Order: sequence, then C-alpha cells, then structure tokens
Amino acid sequence: MSLLDRGPDPATSSGYGEHPPRMGFFTDTSVCIGCKACEVACKEWNSLDEDGYDLLGSSYDNTGAFGAQTWRHVKFVERVDLSGSAAPMAPAEPDTLVGEREPDGEGGPAGVDGLSWLMASDVCKHCTHAACLDVCPTGALFRTEFGTVVVQDDVCNGCGYCVPACPFGVIARSDSDGGAHKCTLCYDRLGAGQRPACAQACPTESIVFGPLDELRAQAQRRVEVLHEQGVDAARLYGESPDDGVGGMGAFFLLLDEPEVYGLPPDPVVTTRDLPAMWRRAALAAGVTVLGIAVAVASGGR
Amino acid sequence: MVPDAQFASYYGRPVIKEPAWKVPDVPVYLFLGGLAGASAVMAEAAWWRRLPATERVGRYGAAVAAAGGVVALVHDLGRPQRFLNMLRVIKPTSPLSVGSWILAPFSGLAVAAAASRATGVLPPLGRLAGVGAAVLGAPMTTYTAVLLADTAIPAWHEGHRELPFVFSGSSMSAAAGLALLAVPPGEAAPARALAATGAAVELASSQWMTRRMGFVGEPYRSGRAQTLLRTGERLTAAGVAGALVGRGPGPVSRAVRIAGGAALLGASLVTRFGIFAAGPVSARDPRYVVEPQRSGVGRPPVR
Repeated sequence: MSLLDRGPDPATSSGYGEHPPRMGFFTDTSVCIGCKACEVACKEWNSLDEDGYDLLGSSYDNTGAFGAQTWRHVKFVERVDLSGSAAPMAPAEPDTLVGEREPDGEGGPAGVDGLSWLMASDVCKHCTHAACLDVCPTGALFRTEFGTVVVQDDVCNGCGYCVPACPFGVIARSDSDGGAHKCTLCYDRLGAGQRPACAQACPTESIVFGPLDELRAQAQRRVEVLHEQGVDAARLYGESPDDGVGGMGAFFLLLDEPEVYGLPPDPVVTTRDLPAMWRRAALAAGVTVLGIAVAVASGGR
Repeated sequence: MVPDAQFASYYGRPVIKEPAWKVPDVPVYLFLGGLAGASAVMAEAAWWRRLPATERVGRYGAAVAAAGGVVALVHDLGRPQRFLNMLRVIKPTSPLSVGSWILAPFSGLAVAAAASRATGVLPPLGRLAGVGAAVLGAPMTTYTAVLLADTAIPAWHEGHRELPFVFSGSSMSAAAGLALLAVPPGEAAPARALAATGAAVELASSQWMTRRMGFVGEPYRSGRAQTLLRTGERLTAAGVAGALVGRGPGPVSRAVRIAGGAALLGASLVTRFGIFAAGPVSARDPRYVVEPQRSGVGRPPVR
C-alpha cells in the first residue's frame, strides 16, 4: 500500500520540510445570512468572469453550481416546519403560505412562522487525500506549503481528469481557456499574510480562516454551544481526519443532512481503491496475453 | 434494522460533475487502444506460430489503431498544444499518467514494427520493436478500465473489479475481428478461437459486473447505455457466429467471415460507447451518489 501511504499532514507527506501550519476554512452555516459577499469577493479578487445571469428557480441561488469561474457557491434551502427533527425537508411547496404552519418553538435558525432558511457558502474542500491532485497526470495540481490544493494554470493541459475525480463536483474545465480551475484558498493572499478574499468579505464571520487545528477546536465549541441552545440538528461536516478524504481543509457546520446542501454524505477519495484496481488491470492484462496465446497456438500450423 | 432510505437532495442537482471528456474522442480511444494492444500481442503470437498473414494484420492494425488513439486523446485535451505535458512527470496515482507512459512507447514501437514489416528495412530491429509493443500491448487493453474506474462517477468506480476484464475481452474480440477481415481461410482458425475467447470473457465479466453493482449499475440497464450495450452483445454474437460459419475457401464463406469480423469490431466500438454513456447518467442523478454512501456501499471495514 506504499502507493497511497499518506500521513495526516498533507504538506509533510508532500515533501515539505519546514512549513507553515495547515490553513483552511471553517464555514459556520448557522450564521450565514446569504449575502453572497464571498462569491463577489472571490470573483473580484481572482478576476473571474460571470457565468450566466439565469434565474434558476431555486430560492436565491442563481449561481447553480461550481464552475471554472465560480469557486464560492452560496446555497439556499427554504423550509417550513422546523420541529427540531433532523429529517430533511423539501423546499417549501409553492402553495404553502408563510404563517400557515405552527411557529416552531425550538431555537432553529431564523424560525419565523414555521418558515426557516438554510444558507451555506460552499467551497473547495482542500482534502487531505485529494482525488483531483492524485489523478492529475501533469503535476499541474499540487499541494502547497499551507496544505491546500492549487492548479498551476501554466502547466495544466486540460485533460479534464480532475473533473470526474472530485467527489464534491468542485473543479471544472473552462470552455474559454480549456484549463481546469478551482478555489486556490487565495494562495497569492496567503503568501502575503492576508486572509482569503471570501473570509475577508464575510460580514458575519460565517467563513472563518485560520490554522486547521484551531478551526477544528473552535468548531467543536460552536457545536456544543448550539446543542446547548437546543439546535440539535447542528453537526460538523468534514472536520474528522478519519473520513473518506482524510479530513477536509475546508469544513462546515451544517444544520441538516449534507445531501440537503448538495454535499455527499460520506465521500471517499477514489484513489483509495487504486491499488486494487491496478492489481485487477494487471490480472486482466494477463488474461489478454493468455487468451491470445492459447487461441493462436491452438489454431497454428 | 435499517430504516427506509429517505432521499434528499439540493433541488435535485448533481453532487458531482459529469466527465469533461468528449464524445466520441474518449470512447473511440478506449476502442482503438484496446484494438491496438491486442493486435500487437496477436502479431507476436502469430510470428511464433508462423502465421504470416495474421502477423501482418496484427502489426499494421496495432500501428494504425495506436496512431489513431493518440490523435483522439490529443484532440480531447482542453489545451492540445500542451499534450507533451503528459510526460512531464510519472505518477502511479494517476491512471492517465501511467497510461501516457504506456501509450507513448507503445505507439512508437507499434509504428516502428509495422514500418519495418512493410518496408523490409532492419528486420531484427523491427522484430524487437514488435516484442516491445506486445509487452506494452497487454496493459494497453486494460489500463483504460482503471482510467474510468478511478473517478467519483458511481457507475464507473463501483465497476472497478470487473471493468478491466470487460475491456480485455472486448480488445481480444476486436483484434480477432480485424484478423478475420484479412487472413486467408488457412489462417482463420486462430482468429476464430480468439473471437470466441474474447466474446466469452467480455460477456461473462460485463454480466457479472452489472449484477454485482445492483442499484449503482442501473445506468447500464437503461437508456442509451443499455441500447448500446445490447447492440454490442448482438454484434458480438453475430460476429462469433460469422467466424464459426465462414470456414471454407469459397467466396460465400469469405463474405460471411468478413461480415463476422466487421461485426466484432463494431461490437467492441459500441460496447465502449455504452460503458462510457453510463458515466454521465450516474453523475447527473444525485441518487447514485448519495444512496450508496448512505448505505455504506464502497466503504471498507473500519481499520
């Protein structure tokens, strides 16, 4: 298993000697107000073009999905009846009017007459075991000294392998320049001792930037506070180094199941199975040789 | 007791991205790469058994298919002018990197072996190139299965145990089909045997794959992918039948043999399109991503 024998600190296992602590995001969705300042700041700082002005009919989310030009994505879920259960709710039925439902007594997020909101600013997870980086054939995707994952645009040849490899649907290939693009965790700003643009712009500190160890401790405290306040649905997503991607460099506090936010509930880095796949492919290549040898030998003269 | 699965999604939108790879570039490459690899192995085996016509068609087939495959792959790149960046590093974690390091020398050797065979220039070196192409030809027939399986696409990833065998079988029957097109009746026996072997390996492993995958394998059993895969199965059956029936030296027999060979080549091609087509379908519907993860499919026991 030496092919994928990797430690918990990605910068160290990528060969960095002395390096800064692993940096990341803790996105506390319980204080997100859906202002999209993060989306705007990201576009501005990274000079990303718009990718369409469509109205998508999904609450205030007209961004839709991550793309080559969209590295932050604020999601909106409208729900009625927050009875404190964690059962996922569909967005409000069109004919359900505000005030028709019983007001919820539990201290859910923004519960007004039974209508509640989930808002969350999604971003690249900068996985400890990053599939995009593993499968990149050119070395364009690399691990920075901060433990983040960044595309070197001048190396990427647009093979597109990272796109279906990502278990979160983050990275995308650009139609205009042919290369793959995603959040860099503002690598340029980090080098200058600055916070990423989205965290800088967030007015409620829903997006917290800092050393990952500190963020994990802070998030743990925040969940406990919310549980004490009766928000039983609060849970962390991606903070555990034991998950299928070895823990996310950008993790979240959610108020419902991950899939309600369009996040995979139990993502696994695809390369975890790669040693088994190579063994199978070698075995099958043996079948090819044997099959041809036997067929030709049996029919020879 | 397992509670009933309750499926929630974000406006029914996909959780993962569809493959960025282009159709027909990539499925065509899957076909050509497999055909080239198996043809190179067949050419070498034919040389040992002194079957000159089979050797010749194998050498030429390997060279032409390999060159065509390289063109298809380069054309698929978002930045084709940078195709040489594929050889910038060697990464065992990237099936595309490993594949590039197989394909580049393979195609060079296959073309060299064919050129030597055609011109009669430097026969010993041509032979050596042929041996090299045969050695690399075997992994050429199966690494592309890892290429698809090493993604987050459920229909591809969850088939990773059987897909290399599907591709091995498909490659063998394609090479057999090519041989049936060109060899004289006296040399058709090996191609016949290879057609039957390839068909058996391919059909058995693809049946096993889609059954074992259950719900995640649904995209193979519906829509376009199913149509393509069924067409592939029928063409395979027709091809093997043609190979078995068309044994004689007469023109009718020859026509049947050639039709069978063409059917086998067509079968391999549409099968690759079918396998590929299931990928985007399973990426588009969040159920294929969320439900298996919820029920713990694909998770190893806790270490």
